[in-house]
Amino acid sequence: MTKNCHNDYKMKFSLEEEYPDLSQHNNHMAKALTKEIYEKLRSKSTPSGFTLDDIIQTGVDNPGHPFIMTVGCVAGDEESYEVFKDLLDPVISDRHGGYKPTDKHNTDLNWENLKGGDDLDPNYVQSSRVRTGRSLKGYTLPPHNSRGERRAVEKLSIEAMTSLDGEFKGKYYPLKDMTEKEQDQLIADHFLFDKPVSPLLLASGMARDWPDARGIYHNDNKTFLVWVNEEDHLRVISMQKGGNMKEVFKRFCVGLQKIEDVFKKHNHGFMWNEHLGFILTCPSNLGTGLRGGVHVKLPKLSTHPKFEEILTRLRLQKRGTGGVDTASVGGVFDISNADRLGSSEVQQVQLVVDGVKLMIEMEKKLEKGESIDDMIPAQK
Amino acid sequence: MTTLTIKLLPAENEYPDLSQHHNHMSKVLTLKMYKKLFIRSGIDNPGHPFIMTVGCVAGDEETYEVFKELLDPVIEDRHGGYKPTDKHKTDLNPANLKGGDDLDPKYVLSSRVRTGRSIRGFCLPPHCSRGERRAIEKLSVEALSALTGDLKGKYYALKNMTEAEQQQLIDDHFLFDKPVSPLLLASGMARDWPDARGIWHNDNKTFLVWVNEEDHLRVISMQKGGNMKEVFTRFCTGLTKIEELFKTKGHEFMWNEHLGYILTCPSNLGTGLRGGVHVKLPNLSKHSKFEEVLKRLRLQKRGTGGVDTAAVGGVFDISNADRLGFSEVELVQVVVDGVRLLVEMEKRLEKKQSIDDLIPAQK
Repeated sequence: MTKNCHNDYKMKFSLEEEYPDLSQHNNHMAKALTKEIYEKLRSKSTPSGFTLDDIIQTGVDNPGHPFIMTVGCVAGDEESYEVFKDLLDPVISDRHGGYKPTDKHNTDLNWENLKGGDDLDPNYVQSSRVRTGRSLKGYTLPPHNSRGERRAVEKLSIEAMTSLDGEFKGKYYPLKDMTEKEQDQLIADHFLFDKPVSPLLLASGMARDWPDARGIYHNDNKTFLVWVNEEDHLRVISMQKGGNMKEVFKRFCVGLQKIEDVFKKHNHGFMWNEHLGFILTCPSNLGTGLRGGVHVKLPKLSTHPKFEEILTRLRLQKRGTGGVDTASVGGVFDISNADRLGSSEVQQVQLVVDGVKLMIEMEKKLEKGESIDDMIPAQK
Repeated sequence: MTTLTIKLLPAENEYPDLSQHHNHMSKVLTLKMYKKLFIRSGIDNPGHPFIMTVGCVAGDEETYEVFKELLDPVIEDRHGGYKPTDKHKTDLNPANLKGGDDLDPKYVLSSRVRTGRSIRGFCLPPHCSRGERRAIEKLSVEALSALTGDLKGKYYALKNMTEAEQQQLIDDHFLFDKPVSPLLLASGMARDWPDARGIWHNDNKTFLVWVNEEDHLRVISMQKGGNMKEVFTRFCTGLTKIEELFKTKGHEFMWNEHLGYILTCPSNLGTGLRGGVHVKLPNLSKHSKFEEVLKRLRLQKRGTGGVDTAAVGGVFDISNADRLGFSEVELVQVVVDGVRLLVEMEKRLEKKQSIDDLIPAQK
């Protein structure tokens, strides 16, 4: 392991002196980081120099979030998940429904395995979307990477994306060269990502050197979108108006496969292993890294006392239509899969498709003043 | 964040894009000079609407030596041509200040002097660990609790503060909050907030110490009205006592004869002293020569909310522009003499009289 002189310097302070005060904290890291674990891991470092304090800094600086239980730790490179497994395994288990260190994760990006999903009622489902993240093997991750690495990731990504054709053909817009006009258009399309303002992201260091080597790619139809060097090396998004989730998912799988081939040619394929699936910056996105969902009108169902329970049983979660840090507006909810790790992409999108279909039926019943008690599902 | 990655990429790939940048670091940092430097804050923050920012910070005392190739030109640019061979003079004897006890309170609303101090042997806020920060707090609390007389007071740790205490400190304009300025955040000084941060003040609320904000210690003497002499006397007496108390515990302040007091931001080297007043200058501030007059007097203006604010209602924060290459007494003298002149000018303009004969030569 590379010698990390700052970390060695800190070792002259005792455990008591260095152990963070987590008394006000409510995140997965704070729950898992006992003094014993801190003592065991504090002298360690990944080969690239990422340390325990680097892993946990965001969780120390951000005690909690009003709407969600945050993770409170990030990976700086692929090796983080191995070197710091004594902390990250319990965090992963807590966050991913009891996932064990010996469990194996199943990857299935064969869109043909999805049953149905092409006919969610567009009177209720306004839009459908699937996103995931990917990390390029051989580079460190956004909390830790240098400018040189970030630029190399961008360069490779541009090559991969400009090789795309057919419905994927499009253009790359680097954040720092964007014209006013391009920026306004991307904002109007809801594509533009801005410098993170969330303290969760800032505290982990992923906004360093902004906007250097950050950019957005999208196809001419504006249904396939890639973010470069935001929270992960790549965020890949397929989306369109209406309820044809099958088409969205097909485009997603096909597009991902195409760009993976280019990265593999350069020996920078995606970070993946059979235990954790796809390796991403935030432990919450391990496995599939997939969030598939819809914007759906559920004004009646959302005020029903069993709404939360139904979502839990369907393994779905709700968000406001502005994304993770927002509340819903006008009875329109962002409904997506709650799980990331331990089930495949196809399985997770299937849950969304089946679950949303059921919730729309419930909404229709409630519109007619009828009961939905016989429709409440068992826990999936 | 520590990175000892063995980079196989050439320096050109790592060299920051500073094409949109306008701070001292970006002016000075050529590709040739570029190494693995502590320049995070200056890259993430290209510029500031009101001031020319520094864009780099020190992580420890040795930073100023190890990275002198970058920091010497930054210091020279920021501190009026200060050379690597220059010597800095420290003078904390308040008896050497002439006058300053009678600035007109109809114009001068309040007077204040602040500085920073770093404790030798510890890393600075951008870089220190929790253990170091807590050790600094512990030492500081011990030292401050030994103060007596009109300096006697109490320490309020940020994380243990009651609602009532917090409200009182806000009302007194003493409370400092977690930094929101991106300049400070990008350098890492807000890590682990509010752990080991706190405020100490005397019973009279005229002497105040911040622990572990932007520097290990910020020491502030302040009061209403225009008696800068009294403010400065308390400042010097308090600082000297605190320094003695630290010495009894085997710790001294970071200082050397070239850079004076060593602080986190290169702009605060030397005296680290900002002495100033809140003063009403509604007429003078609209005069076409206002900026020029300030410049010649070696003064700077800020809004009354501090460095990132604009003036409100014609009331300005006027303070010394220099930090390095002048002693504390000299800088406070510049403030005292300069503000006296500005108030005279304001009075003339009130009477619609000219101030042309009062415009000073460049100090």
